Amino acid sequence: MSNQEQPLPVLDVRNLSVEIGRTGRKVVDDLSFAIPSGEMLAVVGESGSGKTMAARSILRLLPVPLHVAPASRIFFDGDDLASASDKHMRKVRGGKIGMVFQEPMVSLNPSMTIGRQMAEAQRIHLGLGRAEIRDRSLAMLERIRIQNPEKCLAAYPHEFSGGMRQRIMLASVMLTRPRLLIADEPTTALDTLVQRDVLDLMAELTSENGTAVLLISHDLGMVSHYVKNVVVMHSGRAVETGPARNVLVSPQHSYTRRLVDALPKRTEGGARDTSADAEPLLELRDVVVDYPGRGGFFMRAEPKRVVKGVSLTINRGETLALVGGSGSGKTTLGRAIIGLVRPASGSIRYLGRELLNESAAAMRDLRKDVQIIFQDPYSSLDPRQRIGSIVGEPLLLDKEMTPPARRARVEEVFLDVGLDPDFMRRLPHQLSGGQRQRVAIARAIVRNPAFVVADEPVSALDMTVQKQILHLIRKLQAKHGFACLFVSHDLGAVEQVADRVAVMDNGNIVEIGNRDDVFDNPRNAYTKRLLDAAMLLDRKFAGAA
Amino acid sequence: MIAARSHRRPDFNAAFGGTVVAMLLFAALFGPGLVHYDPLALDLMARLQGPSATHLLGADEFGRDLLSRVVHGARVSVTISVLTVCLAMAIGIVLGTVAGYAGGWIDRLAMLLNDSLLAFPGLLLALGIMAVFGASVGAIIIALGLAYVPAVVRVMRASVMSLREREFVEASRVIGNREITTMLRHVLPNCIAPLTVLATTMFGWVILSETALSFLGLGVPPPAPSWGNMLAAARPHIVQAPYLIIVPGLCVSLTLLGINMLGDALRDWLDPKMQAS
Repeated sequence: MSNQEQPLPVLDVRNLSVEIGRTGRKVVDDLSFAIPSGEMLAVVGESGSGKTMAARSILRLLPVPLHVAPASRIFFDGDDLASASDKHMRKVRGGKIGMVFQEPMVSLNPSMTIGRQMAEAQRIHLGLGRAEIRDRSLAMLERIRIQNPEKCLAAYPHEFSGGMRQRIMLASVMLTRPRLLIADEPTTALDTLVQRDVLDLMAELTSENGTAVLLISHDLGMVSHYVKNVVVMHSGRAVETGPARNVLVSPQHSYTRRLVDALPKRTEGGARDTSADAEPLLELRDVVVDYPGRGGFFMRAEPKRVVKGVSLTINRGETLALVGGSGSGKTTLGRAIIGLVRPASGSIRYLGRELLNESAAAMRDLRKDVQIIFQDPYSSLDPRQRIGSIVGEPLLLDKEMTPPARRARVEEVFLDVGLDPDFMRRLPHQLSGGQRQRVAIARAIVRNPAFVVADEPVSALDMTVQKQILHLIRKLQAKHGFACLFVSHDLGAVEQVADRVAVMDNGNIVEIGNRDDVFDNPRNAYTKRLLDAAMLLDRKFAGAA
Repeated sequence: MIAARSHRRPDFNAAFGGTVVAMLLFAALFGPGLVHYDPLALDLMARLQGPSATHLLGADEFGRDLLSRVVHGARVSVTISVLTVCLAMAIGIVLGTVAGYAGGWIDRLAMLLNDSLLAFPGLLLALGIMAVFGASVGAIIIALGLAYVPAVVRVMRASVMSLREREFVEASRVIGNREITTMLRHVLPNCIAPLTVLATTMFGWVILSETALSFLGLGVPPPAPSWGNMLAAARPHIVQAPYLIIVPGLCVSLTLLGINMLGDALRDWLDPKMQAS
């Protein structure tokens, strides 16, 4: 396409600004980009960078106090959408411009069958009849390799996994053959393998159709496999624009450099060999965990086996990463160790003590040794509690401790995790995601535990913040010497913190070994697939970065 | 514009609701000491007299001073509603929390009891209880209190069940807190918002129910004044002396409005996210 007369781009955004009310404050400031037909462009940025608002302003879906500034121009196939009538916008939305949202759990209506949801846009925008809609829906479901499409049409969203739902969402959007697809973090809620799957499908469907794609993402590494050009946004402004490869390999702006830096790389000489220790800290043997089944309306619930006989040991001071896709049972295993779910059988020994036989009181006593950091710092902190009190709460259980000693300890831990002690009087919602996760970490380590389960501790955070938190965990471990079970689906994060890696699939551990062995010479097929999905970045740009 | 409105509304709610409730409490506490007439003193000469210099709001069919009766009625009505709400809340919170937190057969048993209570219309249930205990202020409180327990249990159980799964509640368990500590420190305080709304709404329902019971002749026994039995007694005289209905009726309406607005303001005020960041 190197003709002299460039075809008109499908979307041409010029000087887009989005303002808050009449304050003149801008969340998007003078953003310009263009996407030709059949091409993909990514807008990359962290939370609060304005990337989502920029995308929403194209469809005029801004939340109330926000509005597009008068000087902005949004040309879609030559029409300026910034000055189009509402009626025109309704025709454009869903018909000529399709949108896929981040959360497939909530963007499909739970009380409508897949078939009806797929039919809706076709009826409104294409004006097709019932039989035709049905045929096209079936063909599309077949196209995206859904088994048994007939049954799928009559099924409800909750019967599908997150990845499946996102594929269905994508399929139903593509059914109207839009000129432009806006995908707002379409895979952020999914695990690595499924992410690849959904994005591959998106690339396939859109290139067939000549649909232009605007991909919104926080993950520079991931999008660079798919798009030609990227726009990097930081606090409302485009700080860098250009071909994905250039931005990734030789970032110009300091912020882009930080973003590229935060992409996972192996910590050199990081893996410690701790296997020489005499007695393991924690020893699991044949641990089986069942969940009460969710049988159908008239069926008796069959218990669902989530962890199917797992044995492993964790030594003092080491980090064992437990890796697997969603539904692999990795989180459940972590929760079983911590005592939040009770295994159906097996044995969990902590320093030789069998935890499954302990009384509730003895278990409570053990809590000062065994702690957990939860995934989502937005829900793991009590919204009504000041953060000083959150961190100090575990200390209340130590009846010997005087209030001044408690205060001093809380202050010490605040400094340890890099929080300003002046924040103690704040409430969780007054902190950023990274700061909240620091509070959660502080709460976990305040009583000097010997073992911490970190359950996806960074997957809810921005890339640059992820890096800081991983670094913090590593630093705290070096200082305090606690062992860590690091549960994650993100091999990039695992590579940075783990000494040993255990790969879990479908309730079983399929591979376990030293980090470098597992990453460099994976023996199990599932491990290989996981690595393939995650490591593409390094291979594509091998040598360059 | 919308942002501006959402900032102003709670303040207006608080100011209006607060003023009305303060006036109500003032009338209930000190009013009876400030009015000239005994609410029970008959004066047949003043019978069904309209508002005048002697009787500011007029007099009822027995010539009793209306202002004095309304003020004394406020005391009765407020006492009944406060105590009823307290009773329903006390029983409902305990039952709802236990059911929501424990789950399993305890939950099923508590819900069975609750649903069978809920199966009777509140007023009918109260009528039944009144029929057994006879009409007295104490009986009204017990009857209405029990009739409103199921609503509290439902709200409480739902809040507790959703909070029970939240990670910060699990976190509390993991740091080694006993279940009871977890419940008191992390679960109950987070139920305050729905409970405040419920309590203020219920306050209104109770005043209405007491009015209805009195209207049916099962409320506060005459000659003691309550807003309800004043309305009931005024009914035959609606044409000659409409103010006999208008005055206590306005009192009920204004009180309900004020309490509900105060409730809204309280809920916003108790939400930690409404505090400046």
